[in-house]
Amino acid sequence: MGEKTLINLEIVVPNETRYLGLIGNIGEEVARFLDTYAGDRESLGYHLNLALTEAMVNAIHYGTRGEAGDTVRVTLRIEDNQLCLKVYDQGQGFDLSAVPLPNLENLHENGRGIFLIRSIMDNVTYQKTDQGNVLEMYKKLA
Amino acid sequence: MNISTRQQDDTLILSIEEERLDAHNSPELREFVLKLLGEGQIRFILDLSGVSFVDSSGLGVLLSGYKNVNLQSGRFCLTGLHPRVQAMFELTRLDQVFEIHASLNEALTHT
Repeated sequence: MGEKTLINLEIVVPNETRYLGLIGNIGEEVARFLDTYAGDRESLGYHLNLALTEAMVNAIHYGTRGEAGDTVRVTLRIEDNQLCLKVYDQGQGFDLSAVPLPNLENLHENGRGIFLIRSIMDNVTYQKTDQGNVLEMYKKLA
Repeated sequence: MNISTRQQDDTLILSIEEERLDAHNSPELREFVLKLLGEGQIRFILDLSGVSFVDSSGLGVLLSGYKNVNLQSGRFCLTGLHPRVQAMFELTRLDQVFEIHASLNEALTHT
C-alpha cells in the first residue's frame, strides 16, 4: 500500500441481491471515517451506498453468466484524496455510452441506476479487462 | 419485507419497516400493493419514516404503485421521507410526481 493510500478494500460476494445491503453499508461506513472530508459526510455516505448498490445491481443483472457460483468483486480505494469504487462482473457486459439518459418527464419504472451513479460520482467508466468487466466510479474528496 | 398496515376509514396506511428499500426487497412491496389493489383497496398512504435508503429499484416500485393506483382513480401518497431519501426524489424529479406529505397527520387530513 503506497504512502498516500488511505484505505484499500476488496470484497467478493455471490451475485445475489441479498448482499446489496452489506456492500452498500461498507461505503456508508467508510464515509463516516473520513473526518478530514470538508463536505457533508452524511450525504457522501448515502452516495457511496447508492453507487455501490446500483453498480452491484447492474453487475447482477447484466454481468452474470447465469452459472452457479458467479460472484461480484468490489474494491474501494482512497488515494490522493480521490475515492475509487470498482465493481467487476463476469458476464457479457454492456455499452456504458449507449445507456440513454432517462427522460425524467416520463414515468418509466426502470432506467435510473446509471443516471444516479453519474449524478453523484465525478467520473464513471465501464470497460473489459483481463479480470472481467469493470465499472469504475471516481469521486474527489478534496 | 416487514410492512405493517393500519386502516383509517377508506385509507390503508402502509408502514415500511425496513432500513433499505432496494432491488432486493422492493419487488415484495410491488406484489403487496398489487394484491391489495386486486382486493379493492385503492387509497394508500406509504409511511417511509423507517426507511433511510432507497435505490433506483425502490423508486421504480413506488412509481409502479403510484401508476397502478392512479389507473383505479385511487390515492397513493408518501410521508415520512428521510432527508436523504427526499434528495433522491428531487434528483430524479419524482418529487414533482408523487403526493408527498411532511407528516402522517398531514397526509391523513389532506384529501
